[in-house]
Amino acid sequence: MALKNSIEEAAKRYPNPRSAIMPALFLAQKEHGFLSGDLLKEVAGILDVPEIWVYEVSTFYGMFHTEPVGKFHIKICTNLSCQLLEAESMLAHLEKKLAIETGGTTPDGMFTLSSVECLGACEGAPMMQVNDGYYHMNLTTARIDEILDGLRKEAAE
Amino acid sequence: MFEKVLLKNAEKPDAHGIEAYEAAGGYQALAKVLREFSPDGLIQLVKDSNLKGRGGAGFPTGLKWGFVPKDSDKPKYLCCNADESEPGTFKDRVIMEGDPHMMLEGMALASYAIGAEVAYLYIRGEFVLCIERLETALDEAYRKGYLGRDILGSGFNLDIHMHLGAGAYICGEETAMLESIEGRRGEPKLKPPFPAVAGLYECPTVINNVETLACLPHIVNRGVEWFRGIGPEQSPGPKLYCLSGHVQKPGVYELPMGISLRELVDDHAGGARPGRKIKAVIPGGVSAPMIPESGLDVTMDFESLTAIDTMLGSAGVIVLDDGDCIVRAAKNINEFFHEESCGKCTPCREGLDWTGKILHRMEAGEGRQGDLEQLDFLCGSIFGNSFCALGDGAAWALKAAITQFRDEFVQHVEEGRCPFH
Repeated sequence: MALKNSIEEAAKRYPNPRSAIMPALFLAQKEHGFLSGDLLKEVAGILDVPEIWVYEVSTFYGMFHTEPVGKFHIKICTNLSCQLLEAESMLAHLEKKLAIETGGTTPDGMFTLSSVECLGACEGAPMMQVNDGYYHMNLTTARIDEILDGLRKEAAE
Repeated sequence: MFEKVLLKNAEKPDAHGIEAYEAAGGYQALAKVLREFSPDGLIQLVKDSNLKGRGGAGFPTGLKWGFVPKDSDKPKYLCCNADESEPGTFKDRVIMEGDPHMMLEGMALASYAIGAEVAYLYIRGEFVLCIERLETALDEAYRKGYLGRDILGSGFNLDIHMHLGAGAYICGEETAMLESIEGRRGEPKLKPPFPAVAGLYECPTVINNVETLACLPHIVNRGVEWFRGIGPEQSPGPKLYCLSGHVQKPGVYELPMGISLRELVDDHAGGARPGRKIKAVIPGGVSAPMIPESGLDVTMDFESLTAIDTMLGSAGVIVLDDGDCIVRAAKNINEFFHEESCGKCTPCREGLDWTGKILHRMEAGEGRQGDLEQLDFLCGSIFGNSFCALGDGAAWALKAAITQFRDEFVQHVEEGRCPFH
């Protein structure tokens, strides 16, 4: 019910319900972690729009996940400014520390690792973002280790 | 000594709240315009200022506003393009984090000029701190009566709604952005009709960039002569430049439009790393063709960069030095565009896949005879045949890398290895 209310509230910002599909998907994903087929149908039902409209939006935009992701989704930029400042070494370090390949999730469901396109913080290259948190900039392997330790502690609490 | 305008408050700590903004003269321009200017009068002022759009294309802002039909009985919309995603670009983020009210005041001014009572702020969803600051700023502005009904007793109404992008570079293209606000996949549409005539919900719509909007309160407060007195006659005003890559002091620098690229890189951003020499500079985000070191005396304005077959674009300046491999950089840029291609048109979708495969094998030391000629051919096939500027920009940037640094590409193929890695 809470999801329905918040989606209907968001829909008031637009002259038609189709425009509210993106905000609705953000709300649904925040509540459920990822956008399952059933959840997409639920969103379509709340907005009273065809399911295909919701489905096609969910599969176009990179921030929408139609498959489960880990509790902590690590997104590291590998575009030019970050690459020049050793983003690929940082990515390799993350793969090694988490023992997964880029795009994968740890078996315990704790971490998903993605390489993403420019996050608009090139002055702090190399950089990454965890979930929808603030940016981590000027990364080093030591700094990454600290961040991972912090996340593990957060999960344990 | 150039006095900062756009970053004057943003660089102070905790200047993002409304008290700090008001103390620095914030919302005085809105009050003045609502008191003293007709919408047409404001359009004329901005036309006279010769402000050119800071999003990349450099289109005159007042002229764009003037295209909105006066006789239409449809609602008009303003959209703020805060979908900053061009690799090497981070200037709008700095404005929104540090001085969000400046942009909101600019949105109110632009909305008044074009007769919009609803404006959408399209901001990329990853900009979490900007979004938080803007949500607070919007609440503050409503509470103080700078937004909402009957603003400052003038009868002018304006609601600003945020619409979060969800990780698609293409949505910075204005027609794709409008599709995205309408709840569709972000695929560009044919122009004409232009958004000024038939944009959001088929209604007259103006799309302006964050930095463009941020200039407006200052033009109103300090006048056209002041604004035109900064930088070159054809592209006046203060400008934010983003410096990144292999430069000693990366960051956002506010300087006059038309500063020389060499001065920007060497004097302001500290030049190359110790023991290194600059090899090439990308002047305006990765869509902008790179310039070899010998070309750094060019001035940073729309006209001068266009004249040497590159562009000011987003003013995202990326520096490569003599330790950096141009083939690797070109491959990285190509991968970005290939990933972000919306897939609508074949030249961009398939062409960038093909160029990517060739660049990948060249960098891996498996380049073949004829590969370079194939890249030449593909650049020519993608450029001018793509639906929107994404494909064109990708091909244009690659073509420049191949033209300026052809020897490096040849060396990769002939030696069967990357000489840098």
